[in-house]
Amino acid sequence: MSAKTSALLCGARDTVPMLIGATPFGVIFGTLAVASGLSLPATLLMSALVFAGSAQFIAVSLIASGAGLVVLLLTTFIVNLRHALYSASLMSHVSHLSQRWKIPLAFWLTDESFAVVQRHYLDPQIPLENKHWYYLGSCLAMYGNWFLCTLVGALLGNALPGMAGWGLDFAMVATFTGIVVPLLRTRPMLLAAVVAGLVALVAYDLPWKLGLMLAALCGVSAGVLAERWSAAASVREVGNESV
Amino acid sequence: MSQFEAVLLLGMGVITFAIRYTLFAVGHRVRFSPLVQQALGYVPVAVLTAIIVPAVVMPDGNSLQLTLDNAYLVGGVVAVLIAAFSRNLLLTIFGSMLVFFLWRWWLAG
Repeated sequence: MSAKTSALLCGARDTVPMLIGATPFGVIFGTLAVASGLSLPATLLMSALVFAGSAQFIAVSLIASGAGLVVLLLTTFIVNLRHALYSASLMSHVSHLSQRWKIPLAFWLTDESFAVVQRHYLDPQIPLENKHWYYLGSCLAMYGNWFLCTLVGALLGNALPGMAGWGLDFAMVATFTGIVVPLLRTRPMLLAAVVAGLVALVAYDLPWKLGLMLAALCGVSAGVLAERWSAAASVREVGNESV
Repeated sequence: MSQFEAVLLLGMGVITFAIRYTLFAVGHRVRFSPLVQQALGYVPVAVLTAIIVPAVVMPDGNSLQLTLDNAYLVGGVVAVLIAAFSRNLLLTIFGSMLVFFLWRWWLAG
């Protein structure tokens, strides 16, 4: 097996835990999409062309409430804006690649693949050379799984109209919690999470999911301020000791 | 497929791709300041927490439900505990989903 193939398979293998979380999420998306009046081809095409779980989920609930195109597209923009920040984090790792690589890798960038791939890029033990194959493997696993789950959900939704109420959406909570909690290793990181969570609750009623963006902004600001403040405090401490 | 659906799919697809691709496309010409780099490190935690917390404490989207009748809250707390002690994603997903569904089943019974 070539180093490229093994990097590809490795990326897919390391994404398996994410697939387990995404599977019920994809199935419930398919179910809800059909229940809210989206046609079967449109449901499948949304997963194939948009490939953004939380935005698709929110779009479908907006369609069910009779929202128009402008609100739907604006919401998609706001909910997916976090991906710009993911691509900003990965940017320096893919800058040596051709557009032929960058286009698909950007198209397939999700929360789950980002979490898996970023960890891989940050590992200094592994040479950069084949890391984009690892990235591709993670993406293909997520994409294939997402499409299949949407198909299963849409077909099940047609057969069992009550399934939307089973609580399968908890899978999203479980997955995102499993991603976030291990990242909370420093006090500024913990503070960022607490502030983001509280603001998300307080600002929940703002239109077009603006509360989500506001919460993210406040969380990031709190983290950065806390980090700068504690760095300044430790510099002062070192200064005092040397006197 | 209706015209509304076609425009919606095209619009959502283009917007999402543009967000994900822009920085990759111009990557070698952009340099971030240390502040921006520092801020980027907090983005995943802030965004994902902002999605999780309302889903757990107000699953109906209307009011806070800080009670044991709320299986999302119970499952969410269990997920945090498993993740904190095991740092194992698979175990977190499986364990908390099991608790969530058992709790719902018990509540319904």
